[in-house]
Amino acid sequence: MNNLLFNFTVDKATNTVLVNKEFAAELPLVWDAFTKPELLDQWWAPLPWVSKTKKMDFKVGGKRFYAMVSPEGQEHYSIEQYTAINPKTNLHWASSFADKHENINEEFPTSNWELNFTEQDGITKVNIAIKHKTLADIEMHIQMGFREGFTMTLNELEKLLATLKKIRG
Amino acid sequence: MRRDIFQAIADPTRRAIIVLIALQAMTPNAIAENFNTTRQAVSKHLRILTECELVKKEQKGREIYYSLEIDKMKEIEKWLEQFKKIWETKFNQLDQVLLTIKDQKK
Repeated sequence: MNNLLFNFTVDKATNTVLVNKEFAAELPLVWDAFTKPELLDQWWAPLPWVSKTKKMDFKVGGKRFYAMVSPEGQEHYSIEQYTAINPKTNLHWASSFADKHENINEEFPTSNWELNFTEQDGITKVNIAIKHKTLADIEMHIQMGFREGFTMTLNELEKLLATLKKIRG
Repeated sequence: MRRDIFQAIADPTRRAIIVLIALQAMTPNAIAENFNTTRQAVSKHLRILTECELVKKEQKGREIYYSLEIDKMKEIEKWLEQFKKIWETKFNQLDQVLLTIKDQKK
């Protein structure tokens, strides 16, 4: 469709998922798409799921409380707590699962997101690092089934497939 | 018993076994020689891999040979694609949002 960068890797040593993506838009616009609820809700959930932001207080110490709505209408809640905001530069948040009363579900692991925004010649690059505390935490995310589906297994699998391809020529 | 295919590849020894037998069918003894574990441990891994249908065994004379089920590996590859696809879908949606806003501003 286009030749803008899209990378997706898992760093096993640091339990970190890395996503790099370029967008054909200027930085302020891309920044808004990540920080304004009405824009976030238009893309944050992969179709046929829908993102529904219930509450958002965009400041350090504030949070976004939102639901991922399944095609059947079931709502799965998450909270992102903003830990650092440097407008149009970078953004940190801690992401947790929650119940409908905005209580963080302590049984499920929290992940720390770091997003960096840079622009060159009208192309904005966003680097996303999603840090998990342990490998087990990433495994837990797999077991949740949906969500972003990031897995260690995924990484290992990719390596395995690459090796197999090499062997088989 | 039915097993999850991801259980098969969750273990480093089992991943190494997969790579090993991808090249050629091997006997359990020949496989075990590549690892610093007991024959029993390797047998257990082979049993799990067989139960996951990632590996098939064939009797040749007095020996049993294990080889890789390539079609099953391709299934995993498809699954992997789906997960990448989630981010891809999100980003395509975002591309669309950005485009719409840019148009409105003109």
